[in-house]
Amino acid sequence: MIALETIGLEKRFGGIVPTNDVNLRVREGARHALIGPNGAGKTTLINLLTGVLKPSRGQVKLGGADITSLKPHQRVARGISRTFQINQLFGDLSPLESIALVIGEREKLGTEIWRAFGTDEKIVAEAVALAKQFGLADVLNESTSSLPYGKQRQLEIALAIAGKPRVLLLDEPAAGVPETERHEILETVAALPKDVTVLLIEHDMDIVFGFADRISVLVEGKLFVEGEPKEIENDPRVRAVYLGERSDD
Amino acid sequence: MNMNSTDPVQVASAALRRKHAWHWLEYGFWLAAAASVFLLPSQHALLTQIAIWSLFAMSLDLLLGYAGIVSLGHAAYFGFGAYVAALFAINFTGEPVTGLLVAGTAAGLLGLVTSLLVLRGTDLTRLMVTLGIALVMYEIANQMSWLTGGADGLTGMPINAVLGFFPIYFIPKNSYAYVLVVCFVLFFIAKRIVHSPFGYSLRAIKGNPLRASSIGIPANLRLVAVYTIAAAYAGVAGALLAQTTPVVSLTYIDFQRSADVLLMLIIGGTGYLYGGVVGSTLFLVAQKFIGNITPQYWEFWIGFALVVIALFARDRGVFSIVERVVGALRRSKAAP
Repeated sequence: MIALETIGLEKRFGGIVPTNDVNLRVREGARHALIGPNGAGKTTLINLLTGVLKPSRGQVKLGGADITSLKPHQRVARGISRTFQINQLFGDLSPLESIALVIGEREKLGTEIWRAFGTDEKIVAEAVALAKQFGLADVLNESTSSLPYGKQRQLEIALAIAGKPRVLLLDEPAAGVPETERHEILETVAALPKDVTVLLIEHDMDIVFGFADRISVLVEGKLFVEGEPKEIENDPRVRAVYLGERSDD
Repeated sequence: MNMNSTDPVQVASAALRRKHAWHWLEYGFWLAAAASVFLLPSQHALLTQIAIWSLFAMSLDLLLGYAGIVSLGHAAYFGFGAYVAALFAINFTGEPVTGLLVAGTAAGLLGLVTSLLVLRGTDLTRLMVTLGIALVMYEIANQMSWLTGGADGLTGMPINAVLGFFPIYFIPKNSYAYVLVVCFVLFFIAKRIVHSPFGYSLRAIKGNPLRASSIGIPANLRLVAVYTIAAAYAGVAGALLAQTTPVVSLTYIDFQRSADVLLMLIIGGTGYLYGGVVGSTLFLVAQKFIGNITPQYWEFWIGFALVVIALFARDRGVFSIVERVVGALRRSKAAP
């Protein structure tokens, strides 16, 4: 089963083509990594998948259904969710409130206008359990903006998971996390539910090879090569692209 | 200790509930407001003005403080509600509560239709669009003088007893009590709304629209809903003024009113529903007393206050200044 698929996906900005005839297929339950040097078009591709951008041509399919014309929030309802490379959190809500908000929206209770927020025991119980799973149990009621960066990073992923997505797009989950807190994030990522299909967008090769069972390489807007981690690691073309890239890190 | 106090779900649930509870200051405030009906007979006219402006500012707070929508034209709905209430009273019935419901519904519908224009674009666009809507409404009221009385104003509105038994016409005490009860009911509803899942979703949209849409919140629909509610509230405020003042004029809908209500809200602070009360009280009391002493300098002091608040206390208005001073005092006390 293919969970997420793009067919001839293309995005043009004037003369620039950041996404050029991309045919990506992500198997259900996969741990699929999307890698590529800076400027390869990874961010544009994510924005096309999540509906932030409209493609110039081509289709996006989720579980076989065409979602190309759907708006971002409609795609979320269909089961695709994402995290951001730079944290996008609700600074003046607590982690508990943020997670409960996502669960409530998932359950279509966001239009309730008369009941007090947080009085649904089932939602609170689920939010608390999820917070615990993401190492946020001790900061449940803190203000999100005052949390240490590592905790914020955990919350960033927790919010995406709280929506119970079928497909999760992880955009550089460990970006900016200090070395000391890094293993926690990687453990979180490794412990993501197996039934969730994960597409990991990552720069760090250690993370990619430690996590992925399938890797696609994007270069200059095009899918350059795709394969098992072993094949990619030994592919001379990838090494050529990447060794050049990595030497200036 | 019972078991519940250590169950993390119960603890979390209690923490969420605590945020919805009424603060003792709120009880105190509403008790004082009720007491003012009996204790401050000489100030009923001023208090009625304050109450109406507070309601109007609260409706703007629903937009600005909770949903992050800036508006320079909120008087469009206030004025529309006032004209609708007056015309409805003249042509159908002078029963005030019916008038409020009709005016609120009409203003809400106007809000619903115009919200589609306001949603587009950034803060600056919204500022211009709301301003434009209000200017258009003003000119319509001005041009349709056969209906609205134009620059002469609209008079002859009958004011019957509220619900048939509570007369308010030219009885300042009753009229103030009526306005206060309406304000309390609408405040109570607004408080429920901002503490509901819907209210939290607005805060999420205001706080981070990008993330809000990425967790599945249909931001535009929610903003249309809150804009409609806020417009209905403004319409009721306008209707209240029409019912407690003998004439509805173009000043109900002019730019000055849109600007004043924004000023009051910012002085009082956004995002906690009481900003309008605090701001309008300070504004109108200051206007009355400073105006009595030095009428020509009144605008100077309001301008001065606005600059100070905009620079130092944008979110909570005068309250953040009080909080800062109290905080500084506490710290200096705590220090050895």
